[in-house]
Amino acid sequence: MKRRHFLKSFTVGAAVASALSLGALQPAYGQSTIKVGVLHSLSGTMAISETVLKDVTLMAIDEINAKGGVLGKKLEAVVVDPASNWPLFAEKARQLLSQDKVAVTFGCWTSVSRKSVLPVFEELNGLLFYPVQYEGEELSKNVFYTGAAPNQQAIPAVEYLMSKEGGAAKRWVLLGTDYVYPRTTNKILRAFLKSKGVADKDIDEKYTPFGHSDYQTIVADVKKFAAGGKTAVVSTINGDSNVPFYKELGNQGLKATDVPVVAFSVGEEELRGVDTKPLVGHLAAWNYFMSIKSPANDEFTKKWAAYAKAKKLPGADKPLTNDPMEAAYIGIYMWKQAVEKAKTTDVDKVIAAMAGQTFKAPSGITSKMDEKNHHLHKAVFIGEVKADGQFNVVWKTKGPVKAQPWSPFIAGNDKKKDEPDGKTVIAK
Amino acid sequence: MRTPLYRLPPLFLRIAMMAVLASALWLPGVTRAALPASVIEKLALGETEDKIAAVGEVVAAADPEGLNFLLLLLDGKVQTVANKQAIIVRDGKAVDAVTGKDIAPPPEGAEDIILNNRLRREIEAAIAALKLVSADRTARLAAAKALEGGADEGMLPILAKALEKESDPEIKALLLIIQASVQLKSSDAAVRLSAVKALAGSSSSSTKTVLLAILEKKGDEWAEPDAAVRAEAQISLEAVERRLVTGQRIGQVFSGASLGSILLLAALGLAITYGLMGVINMAHGELIMIGAYTTYMVQNLFRAHAPGAFNWYLLAAVPMAFIVSALVGMVLERVVIRFLYGRPLETLLATWGISLMLIQGVRTLFGAQNVQVENPVWMSGGVELLSNVVLPYSRIVIIGFSGVVLLLVWLALTRTRLGLFVRGVTQNRAIASCMGVHTARVDTWCFGLGSGIAGLAGCALSQIGNVGPDLGQSYIVDSFMVVVLGGVGQLAGTVYAALGLGVVNKFLEGWAGAVIAKIIVLVFIIIFIQKRPQGLFALKGRFADA
Amino acid sequence: MRDATTARAGLPLPGRPALYGARGWAGVAAAAGLIVFIAPLLNLAVPAGAALHLSDYSVSLLGKIMCFAILALAMDLIWGYTGILSLGHGAFFALGGYAFGMYLMRQIGLDGVYKSPLPDFMVFLDWKAYPWYWSFTDHFWYALLLVVLVPGVLAFVFGYFAFRSRIKGVYFSIITQAMTFAFMLLFFRNDTGFGGNNGFTDFKRILDIPIQTPQMRMTLFVITGVVLIATLLLARFIVTSKFGRVLTAIRDAESRVMFSGYDPLWYKLAIWTLSAVLAGIAGALYVPQVGIINPGEMSPAMSIEIAIWVAVGGRGSLVGAILGAFLVNGAKSWFTVAFPEYWLFFLGAIFIAVTLYLPRGVVGAFAQWKARSTSAKAAGSEPAQKAAA
Repeated sequence: MKRRHFLKSFTVGAAVASALSLGALQPAYGQSTIKVGVLHSLSGTMAISETVLKDVTLMAIDEINAKGGVLGKKLEAVVVDPASNWPLFAEKARQLLSQDKVAVTFGCWTSVSRKSVLPVFEELNGLLFYPVQYEGEELSKNVFYTGAAPNQQAIPAVEYLMSKEGGAAKRWVLLGTDYVYPRTTNKILRAFLKSKGVADKDIDEKYTPFGHSDYQTIVADVKKFAAGGKTAVVSTINGDSNVPFYKELGNQGLKATDVPVVAFSVGEEELRGVDTKPLVGHLAAWNYFMSIKSPANDEFTKKWAAYAKAKKLPGADKPLTNDPMEAAYIGIYMWKQAVEKAKTTDVDKVIAAMAGQTFKAPSGITSKMDEKNHHLHKAVFIGEVKADGQFNVVWKTKGPVKAQPWSPFIAGNDKKKDEPDGKTVIAK
Repeated sequence: MRTPLYRLPPLFLRIAMMAVLASALWLPGVTRAALPASVIEKLALGETEDKIAAVGEVVAAADPEGLNFLLLLLDGKVQTVANKQAIIVRDGKAVDAVTGKDIAPPPEGAEDIILNNRLRREIEAAIAALKLVSADRTARLAAAKALEGGADEGMLPILAKALEKESDPEIKALLLIIQASVQLKSSDAAVRLSAVKALAGSSSSSTKTVLLAILEKKGDEWAEPDAAVRAEAQISLEAVERRLVTGQRIGQVFSGASLGSILLLAALGLAITYGLMGVINMAHGELIMIGAYTTYMVQNLFRAHAPGAFNWYLLAAVPMAFIVSALVGMVLERVVIRFLYGRPLETLLATWGISLMLIQGVRTLFGAQNVQVENPVWMSGGVELLSNVVLPYSRIVIIGFSGVVLLLVWLALTRTRLGLFVRGVTQNRAIASCMGVHTARVDTWCFGLGSGIAGLAGCALSQIGNVGPDLGQSYIVDSFMVVVLGGVGQLAGTVYAALGLGVVNKFLEGWAGAVIAKIIVLVFIIIFIQKRPQGLFALKGRFADA
Repeated sequence: MRDATTARAGLPLPGRPALYGARGWAGVAAAAGLIVFIAPLLNLAVPAGAALHLSDYSVSLLGKIMCFAILALAMDLIWGYTGILSLGHGAFFALGGYAFGMYLMRQIGLDGVYKSPLPDFMVFLDWKAYPWYWSFTDHFWYALLLVVLVPGVLAFVFGYFAFRSRIKGVYFSIITQAMTFAFMLLFFRNDTGFGGNNGFTDFKRILDIPIQTPQMRMTLFVITGVVLIATLLLARFIVTSKFGRVLTAIRDAESRVMFSGYDPLWYKLAIWTLSAVLAGIAGALYVPQVGIINPGEMSPAMSIEIAIWVAVGGRGSLVGAILGAFLVNGAKSWFTVAFPEYWLFFLGAIFIAVTLYLPRGVVGAFAQWKARSTSAKAAGSEPAQKAAA
């Protein structure tokens, strides 16, 4: 009986606590608010990456509200948890659009979650801001892609490694988790490398399953392959598997000076769980690093640190920012600007107003939303891992690079339009 | 300082190098000359090409002061002020690199010199070359190993000097190979031929790289014009490759054993809670996770309160992980599981619920992100068995650790009173109870033991993988497979099953890739259980519907 | 099976009970009416915004849960009535889904991103033609056949060997888990030819009718509802038959069933295969409604959840299984919105509480409460008030 009471009171207590915290998130502004959906996994395998995106989105919403909101209305965040379950993403998207009637949704990380919600957003004419680097090969009028397309991340990184400065690599291991982003990126890279005269025998493409944690064989294979000439590894290994991969690299003595590894999914947050001393010199390519020195970045990192502390977020003792967080942050501000320009939250009008929006991004450049293709113009940075888990920028593009969602290295893409179909033309 | 028996991580290596250097400075016959200002300026302020040229100058001068400066540069101690002045910053004090004068207070806005991989490689090779003449044998050996595949023409004089002085046969052999690999670029075919012959004695994969480069054909033109050299290179290449293949085999067996030891650790606790007690504990993975998080907490405590003893935090973390997981397990047993004895499939559901709550609990407390558990220094790096086989210390330690845990469990079950009771209760609960055994209490202790071992597994896993809320989920299915394959109620079966699965998996992985290997293993388990429904080692005796 | 019946024809056997009593049939009819007439009316005819309007969101959510309810019924037949806990039903469910998904992918035609007759993911892997196992999947009827055959044949072969070796209890559960895990890994591979992690998405039409319309959604909803009711009646028919009683006997004392001269193998195999086929049908209905099928459905966790729905509702009770699917999934849908950060606590607590306090599930607890209150009422004594309070 006692136990029963305990369980009961525990449940009631938890319910009250969460109801209270929920109340804090959703102040009763009544009709004068604009609802904004936040669709990031807070549980399941993707929670590791997506939770901070939810937090940074809420932070931006708080900031905007503190400055008076949008069109004189406060923003009201509707946070849901699609639990890393792809069908649930579609269900939650439908709920946000048709039940909560949100004006815009910020969310998704994996390509499959985006593919899962895409038909819903297209059917109900919703608006999604997608903040993660991805494989391209998609263009929807209902989505704005604020992360990098392959030509804004992968190709510059490989060019760098081919250069004398980057080590003049001749052989390439394309190592990834077996899903669409690595597959596409590697397909593009293979075509690119071939165009640069690299033979097929000098390219080794390898895939590991999700959550793979034993990289002994892979690292031994890389070593073996690297004996055949100056080798670089291009890693598209998904978030969670990176820790065991890097630990194995360090332990088996594969140093960055011998075989540099450039990663497209490893940022500050992923290195949080790794002892980075053996990894010094391995590379990552992003459009933002926390270590970038710019006034906008100083402000961004400071605000995030303060927010994390104020909200007592886990990991607030070592607040980190990363590329997808920056992309999410840019996204919400650009949406705000577009709404203010359109003077309405009507989706079609906002889409029209998004074209050509600019924002002073934390990465130090002024990011522009392309007039046509729904992707940001972004600068590309290549950083080397430092002993403290941050990155030294060793190379960067001269200015922002326009995204190519349809990579020219994939056959048939030359005929594709650089603009989504079915956009409504709004008379100016 | 411990003797550098281990392959030390860079930081320690550098400190060791400095110590060696300090002694080298007083060697007779070595002149102490300050580095020329022009070289320092080029190193600190020049463009990459200037820097590389300057590194070459330092090597050519074979100047110990230059070595000193390169070490500081690599260590990030050299900084620049306003792109004009190079300073050396140590312990918060700044010194002008050229004049050697103190600068107090240290200048504001000094910037790090960013070294990319190319520069770092040049500097490391230069340091190694300069250290070939060190007095300390270990340092020379390390330097020679570091130079394999990294030497260039500029280092020939220093190599010759080192060879002349070297008396140690092992180092001498290495040096000859290094020299040969540089001489391959000689314009004299006879020199190249002898160099290629000398390379046959190498067992390094970098030698394979240079030999392959000789045999390369660009268009119609061979990289190596002389046919005799090519033929000899082919012979040498085969000799080197033979040695490398041996290394790969050893590596494969080792990685199989390592995977097996991890499976064993993960499954051992389950072999007790499930094998002996019949509790299908789906929260077993979460007990592993709790062990890993306990290790993380202990590590943080050491870092905060006893940074000096940080390298030994694992000694405290191991018992703590055991205790915390055991306590959580005992609480679970008292609160939930004891009501479900004899209903194994329902325990499955209830413990599944527990596991969800534990995962979310940890997520709420520590965040969804992974936390960092750092290897102590003595577990970083590895022992180099052959040039292409490095056995990581962390994995060696875990193999040993799993052996010790196994031994302790075996002792606990066969040599202690609790073990006797546990065996008694599992064999015949009613009789044990009649003999005065407090069966409920034995259940709690037994479950605590199994959970504690899960905690130990978590402690070990934290050293090689992720520590995050989902840690346990990736091990639970594998653990059940191991226990079932080994035969419920049999420790020996669990051991064989774990090691067998580990080795088979690794061999298949080398052959068919990770996914197919895993699928084959699962199919094998399914078929195997058809043949021997009670696992590898079935309990003898007759059982009705168990 | 029939031999066994005729051999004992002389023995006095209890007669076959009716499928349902009058109230039961009334309930079934009401449910059918609700699904076939009322729901379409409220969704399509009542304008959006009106109080009685049934939103598209609710339709798709209810449609999804009804698929899960079919799956739960399949699970209940094998676990609740035969005592065999399968931790691999997710695989059958997903295989049915994939079989129908193949047809849906073929229906995309040239409307994919690459305007190719092949699905996008195949274009992407540089495949030039469909692999052999995709043959004929452009025919609707062949796809339906696959939906039944693939899980059915797999279950038959798997079950035949497993039951022949007398693998029981936990061992059986574990190898079914190994099976679904192996399938998940296999389907995660892009080279397997089923779209890897992304699976199949972006369906355009069924039988050349566009899929993303309220009418189509309602049609699928009604079909799912009808299949659910038919499954319920079929399951009811089975468990009230003699065959069903043998199954229950196998659950309660398999050795005695064997000693009585029955060979449990064929009984088990029959219900196991039927259960897998039902799971496959549920999967086929699920895919067009949620718009995606991927290997995540084959994860061991999903299969455990199926068992949990049945446990929550009450195993050994068909209505319980349906109720459990609705309760747990409804709770999940609500919790993930209302308490996104805490919902796993609630879900976990529910599982623990149900196994500890409601060993026979919600339906069992309700029956117990009813039995207690009626017996108390009959006695006309004080405890009646107590129980009611």
